[in-house]
Amino acid sequence: MSIHELMFYVFSGMILLFSVLTVTSRRILRAAVYLLFVLVSTAGIYFMLNYQFLAAVQLTLYAGGIVVLIIFSILLTSHISQKFEPIGIKKMVFSALAVAAGAVLTIMTVVGYGFDSTVITSENPDMETIGLSLLSYGKNGYVLPFEVISILLLAAMVASIVIAKKEKSQ
Amino acid sequence: MKSNIFDLSVYTSSFDHLLMENFSPFWAVAIEMVLIGVAILAFYAVVGLYLVYAERKVCAFMQCRVGPNRVGPYGFFQTIADLIKLLMKELIPIKNADKLLFNIAPFIVIIASFMAIAAIPFAKGLHAIDFNIGIFYIMAVSSMGVVGILIAGWASNNKYSMIGAMRSGAQIVSYELSVGLSLVTIVILAGSLQLSTIVEAQSNGWFIFTGHIPAVIAFVVFLVAATAETNRGPFDLAEAESELTAGFHTEYSGIKFAFFFLAEYMNMFIVASIAATIFLGGWMPLHIGGWEGFNNIMDYIPSALWYIGKTAFVIFIMMWFKWTFPRLRIDQLLTLEWKYLLPINLVNIMIMAFVVLMGWHF
Repeated sequence: MSIHELMFYVFSGMILLFSVLTVTSRRILRAAVYLLFVLVSTAGIYFMLNYQFLAAVQLTLYAGGIVVLIIFSILLTSHISQKFEPIGIKKMVFSALAVAAGAVLTIMTVVGYGFDSTVITSENPDMETIGLSLLSYGKNGYVLPFEVISILLLAAMVASIVIAKKEKSQ
Repeated sequence: MKSNIFDLSVYTSSFDHLLMENFSPFWAVAIEMVLIGVAILAFYAVVGLYLVYAERKVCAFMQCRVGPNRVGPYGFFQTIADLIKLLMKELIPIKNADKLLFNIAPFIVIIASFMAIAAIPFAKGLHAIDFNIGIFYIMAVSSMGVVGILIAGWASNNKYSMIGAMRSGAQIVSYELSVGLSLVTIVILAGSLQLSTIVEAQSNGWFIFTGHIPAVIAFVVFLVAATAETNRGPFDLAEAESELTAGFHTEYSGIKFAFFFLAEYMNMFIVASIAATIFLGGWMPLHIGGWEGFNNIMDYIPSALWYIGKTAFVIFIMMWFKWTFPRLRIDQLLTLEWKYLLPINLVNIMIMAFVVLMGWHF
């Protein structure tokens, strides 16, 4: 077994284990921490595939950004003694069925696709390539989605400022 | 220009060949990983200990005292004695705390800083991983430490810890922006995120000199924001002892407390070495473009010494901040970031881009 396979199994094992723990944990902050572990393991898989940029984005945005926001809102809203009620048998059976159906569908698709074992030369696009293709409009250019997302972000920022703004006391 | 700087990769690559000849690739890589891990761990412990010693000495110097001077010459073994004391202290379990989260919080904080250290270039050829996205990686990894602090504050089930954690969260999340943007300013000048390229690009003068005005502004902003990001005074609201007892680590004792303490000092070290690498040339000796003879003489000073000297200089400045400024209030802290540092930074990035486009840098 090569070191890559070993790492792959370690990371995917962690992703699977912590994903299950995230949705089954009855304490909300623990669920958030398990989610953090899932996201960090995913970043580990990106590092293993030598796609460092995406891995670092995964760590900054998801682990350092979104999970911190989730934890922050938990800190503001819930108390440590709070525990979710265990779910009923009926709900458990139906969600188990739904999960099983989804898993079967995905596995069937993956197995049926029959991946070719061709070796693609591993390109690790450096920052310059990524930056240029983000702002180019020719082939492999992403300037339109980039601008659309910027407008979306701007709208979200304006909206949040409007919500958070204090009214001038008359 | 042929450089006289001694390249440590002679040793590392010959060691790599030796391992590759005697073991299968799997075991060679595994052995290298374990060795580097142990080396970084030892480095981490030693630097952490001596930063605590340095802090106490600098603090004493600022307050006209002597500082630790009983254990060993100049009190040199004081922190080792302190460590042994901390190791032997009782770990007090908290009754109504979330045990699991309470116990993993120190590890999250320490692992985040531990991962960042691996990507720092210590000397020419002494660089564990040279990522294409070096700076971005360090930023990404060190941004996870705040999760540990938040969890520690919440899991302690104590209102002081909770307030400390909330403050530290708000502080780190906002100051991260300034740290990132001031680094981006220099990335524009260097044209790369890779730390080895950035250091090589400074062979004709450190960026703080070649980038003149915008680089100096970025350096000052980086120092302020980095001091805040590491939760150090005058921004140490998260553990303000006069109002919150000890903030997020109130309930921690013994070695778990030592972990938080060590991680705080190591974060300071990491931030200082980023500042040294990005602004002050890392291991690159003092070079002045065109002065061949001068540059050659400077090359004879080992690159590791240059790195350590610059890092120590930045650390001294950060300690100087801590012991001479009064602590800020939380609203002053957030005003400083959002109303002053962030706009200055954004304008500064534009100035830097303009300077680079016009070729006004040296």
